[in-house]
Amino acid sequence: MAVLLFFCFAAIAVLCAISVVMQRHPINSALSLIGVMLSLAVLYLLLGAEFIAAAQVIVYAGAVMVLFVFVIMLLNAGREERTGRSLPARWLGLPLLVVLGGLLVYFVRQTMPRSEPVIFGAFDEGEPRQVGRLLFTDYLLPFEVTSILVLVAILGAVILARKEIRR
Amino acid sequence: MSAVPLAWYLALSAVLFSIGVAGFLFRRNLITIFMSIELMLNAVNLSFVAFSYQLRQIDGHIFALFVMVVAAAEAAVGLAIILAIFRNRGTLQVDEVSSLKH
Repeated sequence: MAVLLFFCFAAIAVLCAISVVMQRHPINSALSLIGVMLSLAVLYLLLGAEFIAAAQVIVYAGAVMVLFVFVIMLLNAGREERTGRSLPARWLGLPLLVVLGGLLVYFVRQTMPRSEPVIFGAFDEGEPRQVGRLLFTDYLLPFEVTSILVLVAILGAVILARKEIRR
Repeated sequence: MSAVPLAWYLALSAVLFSIGVAGFLFRRNLITIFMSIELMLNAVNLSFVAFSYQLRQIDGHIFALFVMVVAAAEAAVGLAIILAIFRNRGTLQVDEVSSLKH
């Protein structure tokens, strides 16, 4: 069952990711990206990361992508026209990309020659209780620093997106 | 075969990351480039969670959570910058926004 779920959602994730890159209109890319994020949430559940899966759906697929869709609607971003300016990019791009992906997979195989099988339910410490306990004890300082980071980001976003006031 | 090896999760993460790199390099629309960055961050999150499973420690989950927070903050600021660029230039094509180059 877990094998079936993995293959199903890994295929959906890869197809949606290709769709993100290939679509001409940004809104289609955004919807495909939501598909990637939701299928990754299922994979997190298979790996025993329940809290991360929930946060993925709520924060990423919910909040961040709504922001993206809002901006796409607001700017009325049309479809992107082909420039076709760079000849090396057209001929070398795809082979080099395959080389990059192959190298990454190769290094993964080299660093982990014997990878253990993932059994659903073998690691169940990703509950909110354990994550919260670790977050508020060992990682308290980084947590507070991220809160400051988010505050600065909010202020920066407001200042950058504000309309210029002409006097 | 009853279970998927962990390396396959990492391979999936690598494939998603490469697709994100491709989108970042090939696309000409600022918003699509930004979404490719989000795709790369998601791929890295998957490997964090996979390694967390391998080591039987939830520290990787905390890191994934921090990546999410940083990605959310980055999305807010980046989209605000895109708004400002669109307001000043009236375009979203990266080829047109190259003042820093000259």
